[in-house]
Amino acid sequence: MSDIKKIKDDYIDKLNTENNIEKINNIKSELFGKNGIISSEFKKLGSISAEERKKLASDLNNIKDELQNKISIKIQEIETKEINLKLEKEKIDVTLPERNIEIGKIHPVSQVIDEISSIFSEIGFSVEEGPDVENEYNNFTALNTPDNHPARDMHDTFYLDNNKELLLRTHTSPVQVRTMLKGKPPFKIIAPGRTYRSDSDQTHAPMFHQVEGLHIDKNINMGHLKGCLNYFIKEFFEVDKIKMRFRPSHFPFTEPSAEVDIGYEIKNGKIVIGEGNKWLEILGCGMVHPNVLKNVNVNPSKYQGYAFGIGIDRLGMLKYGINDLRAFFETDYRWLSHFGFDPLDVPSNYRGLSR
Amino acid sequence: MKFTIDWLRNHLDTKFNNNQIIDKLTNIGLEVESFESSTSELDTFIVAKIINAKTHPNADRLKLCDVDIGGDKTIEVVCGAPNAKNGLLTVYAPPGSIIPKNQMKLSVSKIRGVTSYGMLCSESELLLSNESDGIIELKNNKYANKIGEKYFKNNSEKVIDLSITPNRPDCLGVKGIARDLSAAGAGKLKINKKSNLKYRGNQNINVTIKKEKVQGCTIFGSCLIKGVTNKESPKWLKDKIMSLGQKPISAIVDITNYVMFDLNRPLHAYDADKIDNEIIVRSSSKGESFEALDNKKYILENDMCVISDRSGVLGLGGIIGGKRSGTEYSTKHILLESAYFLPRSIRKTSKQLNIDTDAKFRFERGIDPLSIEEGLIKASELIKQICGGEISNLDVKKIENYKKTIINFDPFLFEKTTGFNVENKELIKILERLGFNVSKNKKILKLVVPSWRPDITQPIDIVEEIVRIKGYEHINTSEPIKTRSKPTLNYYQKLFHFLQRSVASKGYLETVTWSFTDSKINQLFKENDEEISIVNPISSDLNVLRNSIFPNLLFYLKKNLDRGFKDISLFEIGPAFKGKNPGDQLTVIGAVRAGKVSRLSWNDKERIVDTFDVKKDVIQSLCEAGINKDDIIIDDRTPSYYHPGKSGGVYQNKNEKNAIAYFGEIHPNIIKKLDIKTEGLVIFEICLDYIRASKQKIKDSKSEYKFSDFQKSERDFAFIINKNFKSQELVNIIKSVDNKLIKSVRVFDVFEGENIPEGKKSIAVNVTIQSEEKTLNENDLDNINKLIISSVESKSDAKIRS
Repeated sequence: MSDIKKIKDDYIDKLNTENNIEKINNIKSELFGKNGIISSEFKKLGSISAEERKKLASDLNNIKDELQNKISIKIQEIETKEINLKLEKEKIDVTLPERNIEIGKIHPVSQVIDEISSIFSEIGFSVEEGPDVENEYNNFTALNTPDNHPARDMHDTFYLDNNKELLLRTHTSPVQVRTMLKGKPPFKIIAPGRTYRSDSDQTHAPMFHQVEGLHIDKNINMGHLKGCLNYFIKEFFEVDKIKMRFRPSHFPFTEPSAEVDIGYEIKNGKIVIGEGNKWLEILGCGMVHPNVLKNVNVNPSKYQGYAFGIGIDRLGMLKYGINDLRAFFETDYRWLSHFGFDPLDVPSNYRGLSR
Repeated sequence: MKFTIDWLRNHLDTKFNNNQIIDKLTNIGLEVESFESSTSELDTFIVAKIINAKTHPNADRLKLCDVDIGGDKTIEVVCGAPNAKNGLLTVYAPPGSIIPKNQMKLSVSKIRGVTSYGMLCSESELLLSNESDGIIELKNNKYANKIGEKYFKNNSEKVIDLSITPNRPDCLGVKGIARDLSAAGAGKLKINKKSNLKYRGNQNINVTIKKEKVQGCTIFGSCLIKGVTNKESPKWLKDKIMSLGQKPISAIVDITNYVMFDLNRPLHAYDADKIDNEIIVRSSSKGESFEALDNKKYILENDMCVISDRSGVLGLGGIIGGKRSGTEYSTKHILLESAYFLPRSIRKTSKQLNIDTDAKFRFERGIDPLSIEEGLIKASELIKQICGGEISNLDVKKIENYKKTIINFDPFLFEKTTGFNVENKELIKILERLGFNVSKNKKILKLVVPSWRPDITQPIDIVEEIVRIKGYEHINTSEPIKTRSKPTLNYYQKLFHFLQRSVASKGYLETVTWSFTDSKINQLFKENDEEISIVNPISSDLNVLRNSIFPNLLFYLKKNLDRGFKDISLFEIGPAFKGKNPGDQLTVIGAVRAGKVSRLSWNDKERIVDTFDVKKDVIQSLCEAGINKDDIIIDDRTPSYYHPGKSGGVYQNKNEKNAIAYFGEIHPNIIKKLDIKTEGLVIFEICLDYIRASKQKIKDSKSEYKFSDFQKSERDFAFIINKNFKSQELVNIIKSVDNKLIKSVRVFDVFEGENIPEGKKSIAVNVTIQSEEKTLNENDLDNINKLIISSVESKSDAKIRS
């Protein structure tokens, strides 16, 4: 017994001090190899008495377990140490720059169009479109603005022919005409798009964007118009309350007509929408004129409703603090990066209109 | 429309203060643009203090003064006054001021080699006294804290500027504005005193309105005023004229203008002695001409309404008078005209000749045809009062009688349109105050429309009148109705949305450029499309509608390169025009990418952007928008503005005419022509309209989920093949060997040169083979390998590389 006890103690000591993986493996075969010390001790068991054998076998098994355990712990220890050493050598400078990121952006006009579409989608409007080139009839005559009407002077029109038959649409209202001519009431649409007037200075661009709205049904009145626009403005500017004023005005294609102002004030050099005692005109609207309904084969004694037109660029400027309209269309890389929106920032109701 | 509040009060008895009047005007649809004092030439003169007066270096008698005018810095003024000294408070006139004494306009000038900014003034220069020996000395106790303020108080009445919508000619006169205010409860319209004017004799210049096919005049009223003394207008009249922002001319002209703005009744005064015998109102013949009061000679077309005498044209009726018969200070006898001209005729003539006058503006919108006499009487009274003279009987010639407009109005239409109710009594009151004659027939109101409201023709016009006077604040706010009958976006609108954001997510900045462009750049991109010119472009370099998005994109790319940007990715989604008719347009994405990939990267090798960068962008975008990569074919048919060897088209069908997208390098000639300097430039475009709409929604088009767990094998092949043979075709040949077993084919190497015969290339492909039924054994795989090689070799001129 003392023999094997001594063997065990010697080897435990050896293992404790040894740190070379090869040598540990050598010890392992010295002890447990075919002719290893422990293996040989087990072989001896056959030649002793049954009584002694039981005791010795038990002792041997304990010693064997103890040594094997020690060896495997030792091996693991050394391996861990070696790996750690290796990883330490592999260390890189993670503060070096990543591979180039190319960040694209969505233009503010597109973002605002998506915001507007999202808001009106919530209250059942669908999106319609019309061509940029229009004929004189759809742009003016069908909209109750005959040739001799002074209101035509308010639209500086780009023409494509000398007879003034073909033109670039001066507003999105011809989409009303197209929509009603091709379908049957009720109509509930918005139509965002490019519009053109031959006007160019600090606050006017020869091309700009409008969104048209049209809701025609049996009993749509000015109260609905007010409710719809009130809802839209509140949602768009993401405020709980909005100060809003309807003011009589005149457009040939609506009657009664109104212009809508919203209250604002200047705080610390920034415009704050919704409060204050200054007024800012943001859109024109009204009840669709019976003459227009007749022109598009809708019976005005059965159907009525409202229409509105909003300047998209202007709304975007107000919401996002952009000062210069002309910059929208100048493709300055710096401006586009600064005011553009992340392509994944898709305006929606559940995720929120804007980040 | 400009006027002063006191002028308004001539017509309106009101307890409202100025601000209440301003608010009311806006609330009834007469939008107030501004309400401020009219500017005066004297506004520029300000109180100033001499900080330091030293002797002029080149002139002993002149002084060089540092003057505090209230700003951050002092300014330097050269002054000859002996009393200019340190600390003196005086009056300073900046450059641009007009000196009252001699009406000279000051400018920045050099006096003996020293620049003088403005002038210090004497009392005589300001017409305050004859004192001219020195500059004004202001009292310290009164002016010390007023440095920088105006020296002359502006006592002029505040002027209201209204923006009058084109439907309201009646409010182009102060009386009409007063009437609207009275209807809205802001006071009572004053009734004109009955005139006790005495008439003597007849208007003995014969007036004829010729009956013609086209006659722009239907009524011509006139009177003669004999023995007048024309002169400068009295102060009250001058003030009124100036408050309109106009210059007083002479009493007679000022009076006709005054009546026009007061009653919206344009008039014209002729020097009666200069009329040759008679007045003939007729249509012009082409080539006739006359010199107008604006000193311009106009050559007329056919059928313009002219006032003439026996010698020829005197003036254009309702637009502008002629020089030949104009009144002067020496005029003794005048003929006063008050007529009605048809809006259509006025508009046509003034457009043709490009004339805009206050009279034209009013006649074009519609003047009250029953105001002929009222205008003549009011002007005659004033002329008699100011210039004396005797007034003849009024002479009114007409070829048409005025017809009243009658509207039968059901008050229910009001509630139906506005959503709220107004009692009949109140509604009638509003209409009567606006000048309607109201009678009742059961529930229907019979309304006679006042003659000054040509805009009112049908019941809806009445609704507008009532609601605007009652006030829009009475309209209720109804909650939005949320019902919908159609999805918000259709297939193409969704496609637009997906592709727009998909392209942006590849690192492109979205831009929006004009729909028009420079024809010189456009013609490089227009292919076979027609050029669409704009008749009246905003400038000559924006003179055509763009046939393609690239002219603008490349123009702005160049600008950004000039700004010093090197790596630029830009795109626009919008219209490209294919013809000049409505609808001849396509919705297109155009994208440009310039510069290098991995520029200045510490770990990647930088390289110039190439065709396969944009090919990836375009294909990935299409896939993200829902197009299956297996359903598209790449071809090398591309428009001529692409590099003929380094560009491709994306087609949905082999023989399709129109590609849904193109990508590649731009033609080197174009880069040279546009003088674009960049290391690399590649572009792509997607035409949304050419993408075939998917008929099924994704919920209906998802196929059954199938997968195989049997072992897959990969095999590599290298073929020597004709240099021009397309890799896409090689891949297709291999796939068609067994569509079920061959899961994918990838080209992983293309090589030309060493060891490869001239005109050939080596293509290496990796083929993945997997069965859905069993694990393939060596034998199966060998068979497929052999089949692949034999198919490729027989269907092309390729040879397997051993």
